[in-house]
Amino acid sequence: MATTTAESASTAPLQAAAHGDRDSRSLVFLGLLWGSLAFGIFALGVLLVNTFIEGSGRLDLMLFVNYTSQLFPGKAGARAAILGSLMVIVVTALLAVPLGVAAASYLEEFASRENRFARFVELNVQNLAAVPAIIYGMLAAGLAVTVGLPRNTVLVGAIALALLILPVIIVSTREALRAVPREIRQGSLALGATPMQTLTRQTLPAAIPGIATGTILALSRAMGEAAPLLLLGGLVFVTYDPNGLLSGFTTMPIQIFDWAGRSQIAFRELAAAASMVLLVLVLAMNAVAIIIRNKFTTSR
Amino acid sequence: MDSATISMRQMETVDSGRTISPTETPRAVLTCDDVSIYYGSFRAVNEVSMDIGLHEITALIGPSGCGKSTVLRSLNRMNDLIPGTKVTGTISYHGIDIYGKDVDPIEVRRRIGMVFQKPNPFPKSIYDNVAYGPRVTGMKVDSMDDLVEKALRGAALWGEVKDKLKQSAYGLSGGQQQRLCIARTIAVQPEIILMDEPCSALDPIATARIEDLMLELKEKYTIVIVTHNMQQAARVADRTAFFTAEAAEGNGDRTGHLVEFDLTTKIFSNPSDSRTEDYISGRFG
Repeated sequence: MATTTAESASTAPLQAAAHGDRDSRSLVFLGLLWGSLAFGIFALGVLLVNTFIEGSGRLDLMLFVNYTSQLFPGKAGARAAILGSLMVIVVTALLAVPLGVAAASYLEEFASRENRFARFVELNVQNLAAVPAIIYGMLAAGLAVTVGLPRNTVLVGAIALALLILPVIIVSTREALRAVPREIRQGSLALGATPMQTLTRQTLPAAIPGIATGTILALSRAMGEAAPLLLLGGLVFVTYDPNGLLSGFTTMPIQIFDWAGRSQIAFRELAAAASMVLLVLVLAMNAVAIIIRNKFTTSR
Repeated sequence: MDSATISMRQMETVDSGRTISPTETPRAVLTCDDVSIYYGSFRAVNEVSMDIGLHEITALIGPSGCGKSTVLRSLNRMNDLIPGTKVTGTISYHGIDIYGKDVDPIEVRRRIGMVFQKPNPFPKSIYDNVAYGPRVTGMKVDSMDDLVEKALRGAALWGEVKDKLKQSAYGLSGGQQQRLCIARTIAVQPEIILMDEPCSALDPIATARIEDLMLELKEKYTIVIVTHNMQQAARVADRTAFFTAEAAEGNGDRTGHLVEFDLTTKIFSNPSDSRTEDYISGRFG
């Protein structure tokens, strides 16, 4: 860039200082960082390519329209699992989002720091976040038995997944609310708005991008969960569409788990193909989250 | 008292053509009587007694930490939002203690509005910023468009924004945003407007416009302003209260208190307290 001697003279000390940053120890560390990154990407790439090669033969229409089959893996499909996954996720969202947003709003906007109940809720949200996924399955199963519902139903599965992602939704909603400037709330209250009006008309709308992003990421995690649902039992061989809250169902991770455990090659191909579909679904949800975030941050 | 009667009285006062120069004792609309304000166990402000005069601009000045903003925020119960705040003594608005048991802080804030230090428009259109207050307070308005126009004219902003009412308020300059916040405040037809250093984030030209606006607004409203800028107090205020903070005996906590409250002309020409004189002549603070 320097075209005159005066400029190069003035930039020279800066360059020397920059070299000081890149001594041999820093370079080794930088190399390690890049190496770790490359290893992670390489492992992921191998997995993806391997799955794709294995499953590409079965990535056909039958995978989407046919039910699973014990006898004819060549014609079996993941129809029940795809529909089941979508249905369970929708019900999960309907359960978890209102509850999570309401809990976060209470903790962030209404409860005072000294409030014992709020501190108790907060502690439990943190505890819930640390609970292994399978425990939620046991909890939902226990709940179903207690109230006399059949365990392997869409509703009970959705309850398990909703409990699983509730802490994530609460934490991300609280962060989104906290990011809304305090001045907005004060401005609203100073005009004579009630705290509830301030929440519903100012704070929550301003926090929607953060809430939506966190929620979609949580839902896409729920989409890939098998462990809590496996505990509900009876979900691995379903040859009908889910048709209601109390209908039996299976989901894609469970179907993949079942197929992958069978000895015939054809089932393993099916598992790989279904994995690709699940991957695309989850990536699509994450993409939607990113789009929402970008759309709202640029329009401000 | 409902908002209708308040605006009626404002009309009468305007029509009757009041005198501009303030009287020796203010016609009090808001009276502080031995007001002390605590944050937890810390006493931030000690025993302030002063009268806010109707259709006057009252300036609160003093060095940082003297409690002038704390006093201002206690006047419309914005202090309630800070946990652990306690107010003792009485602040009465038309004779009613605003910290009384059966008083709703929401109602207090509808009558006593506030403009903040940093312009804080809502992330909405200019129109919706102004219409927000009337909407949430359930004001009965014949035409929201007219109300928005009137409020924006009242804040000397109409000419600059009339062609872009539907655009985001964030596209306005800092000074315009602050006038929008004033427009938003007068849209709910309060009787008193509190201003917490409204010009400290603005350049001198925008500041001058806000000051001109304040002088216009006092025809219809009563204004209390906190300012760090003594020239500003001297330019706009009818009455000035000088606060300072002194360390309480025993510990290092500095408690703010009112040193002197008088006509601005007197405070700036012939203060009775030597601390006031030291402050306004720039010897401390």
